[in-house]
Amino acid sequence: MDWIRRSFYSLAAVVASAFPSLANDIGQADKGEAVFRECARCHSVGEGAKNRVGPHLNGIFGRRAAAVDGFNYSNGLTRMGKDGLVWDFDLLDRYVENPKAFASDTRMAYKGLKDAGQRADLLAFLRRYSDDPGNIPEAAPTASGTDHAVDAAILALQGDPEYGEYLSSECTSCHQLDGDNDGIPAIVGWPTEDFVVAMHAYKDKFRPHPVMQMMAGRLSNEEIAALAAYFGAAAP
Amino acid sequence: MKLNRRLFMGGAAAGAATLAAPMAQASTHGKPRVVVIGGGAGGATAARYIAKDSKGEIDVTLIEPSRSYYTCFFSNLYIGGFRDLTSIAHSYGKLAADFGVNVVHDWAVGIDRDARTVSLAGGGTMPYDRLILSPGIDFVDGAVEGWDVSHQNAMPHAYKAGSQSELLKAQIEAMPEGGIFAMIAPPNPFRCPPGPYERISMVAHVLKARNPTAKIIVADPKDKFSKMALFQEGWADHYPGMIDWIGSDFGGGNVSVNPDAMTVTIDGEETKVDVCNVIPAMKAGRICELAGITDGNWVPVNPHTMQARADENIHVLGDASQQGDMPKSGFAANSQAKVAAMAVRAALTGSKQFPAKFTNTCWSLIDTDDGVKVGASYEATDEKIAKVDGFISQTGEDATLRKATYEESIGWYAGITADMFG
Repeated sequence: MDWIRRSFYSLAAVVASAFPSLANDIGQADKGEAVFRECARCHSVGEGAKNRVGPHLNGIFGRRAAAVDGFNYSNGLTRMGKDGLVWDFDLLDRYVENPKAFASDTRMAYKGLKDAGQRADLLAFLRRYSDDPGNIPEAAPTASGTDHAVDAAILALQGDPEYGEYLSSECTSCHQLDGDNDGIPAIVGWPTEDFVVAMHAYKDKFRPHPVMQMMAGRLSNEEIAALAAYFGAAAP
Repeated sequence: MKLNRRLFMGGAAAGAATLAAPMAQASTHGKPRVVVIGGGAGGATAARYIAKDSKGEIDVTLIEPSRSYYTCFFSNLYIGGFRDLTSIAHSYGKLAADFGVNVVHDWAVGIDRDARTVSLAGGGTMPYDRLILSPGIDFVDGAVEGWDVSHQNAMPHAYKAGSQSELLKAQIEAMPEGGIFAMIAPPNPFRCPPGPYERISMVAHVLKARNPTAKIIVADPKDKFSKMALFQEGWADHYPGMIDWIGSDFGGGNVSVNPDAMTVTIDGEETKVDVCNVIPAMKAGRICELAGITDGNWVPVNPHTMQARADENIHVLGDASQQGDMPKSGFAANSQAKVAAMAVRAALTGSKQFPAKFTNTCWSLIDTDDGVKVGASYEATDEKIAKVDGFISQTGEDATLRKATYEESIGWYAGITADMFG
């Protein structure tokens, strides 16, 4: 877990210096209650909250990802939970900002909340329903002011599948072309955009996993596009 | 190093003049011929990628004495009872049937670099335009006083997987109650840096269940080793009081053995042991010496192409190569093989050549569901394969993450063996 915290602290430090006005404010819970109305179509929180379309959000701070019994999570969030991801302010902030960049196959059909202030308010509201809010720092690493959406020009890049095939040999030391999903996720047959968004999320260290952050970290935009083109066309 | 396609195209154009010569050379005897010696993580991968990507334009011959190949990686898990032996055995049938590789089960016993031929123990010679050597390791003669390869039944190395692994496992299981297992660990550099310490973990795992009063002694000529903090934390947690690791500071490098008496002498103190796993100092597989391309114990290579510094017609992969920062691992050999395969195809058929990139990850198992990993990415500089970035598991990680890491290693095993053998 140390690696997760370390990368977030460093990111938080960068963000804090760039957005000093946000750095000391966790958000206003009362305003967050209004923001939550959009979430409430699928999620419930508070006394007697139950799983609905989405899992209940009581105790979400400090809860391991994909940990509510009886809820059918995506493979991606399940894997993150196994890898040790525990929801804190930063991670929830990222997930709410851009759910698909965080977990490609998430079942949360929500486009994301771009406004950092609204996210801070929302999280301040949710924080009321976590077991021990006293342990959650008021001035925690704050809402990310950076936009993690992948630039349209990057998404528009047409990848060269032949080049992707060459680069893919670095991936196939672990990921199998037959689409085997045990232990290491399958990466064949993905929609190009999902693949590109996921790889940039690792490259930007938005998505946690040390091996993938390292692998994606040294791929250029063109290389990611080429891999997306190659693996997208590779049938499992 | 960040690269884009345009840069590659430029590189390919600049290389075009040099590509013309080998193509002409190859055309004097029909299809260009590549001979690969050694069918492990380096050689099998190289043979498969050249055959697959050249789409029949290159004749590929793989020379490997074993019909059934046992991977060294995961052989410790066999010793620990987590895998059976058949699960780490692989045949070359798909390389032949699906990729058209000419698989020859024989020993390569000589290389004539001027005539560009390989001679085989069974008679006959194989001509090549490019030769790929991926023979793995052999042991340095006299590295451990009192031991040579003729003693490998009494004191197994089990550092080439298969019957040696079976022998060592049987000896561990036959240890008397409260007996002593000794390991003589090797000096750097050696195959699979975490390997001896994963093995200690697996031996301890077996003994904890079958023979909990048994002891393990490790005599080590080094003062530190790969993932040391992770292993030592795991040993203290899972096997308290069982493992005595004697590093160089305490005379772990001052060792002799007596295979007849089954004794080990560490820094002047003789101990009677029940099992002794001797892992001697290593060198490149002997065929590299026979080819006359070694410098000391290993073969220096060009990091961009894995060509031997001494002979541009020979590429050397994996453990046998001296390349810089990469560890001697199956993952590294597999990664280097893809770079060499691309360079060989570019030289023989004029196919596109992209800049070399390398990666490595080594997973180790400490106890049931307690997996750890270390890895890095690398690039080629003119001087060496240089580390760019890396990561390592942390001490104190929770059980769920360790289990996920172990499951990741199982996924990787399936992935890399499919990548090697088809």
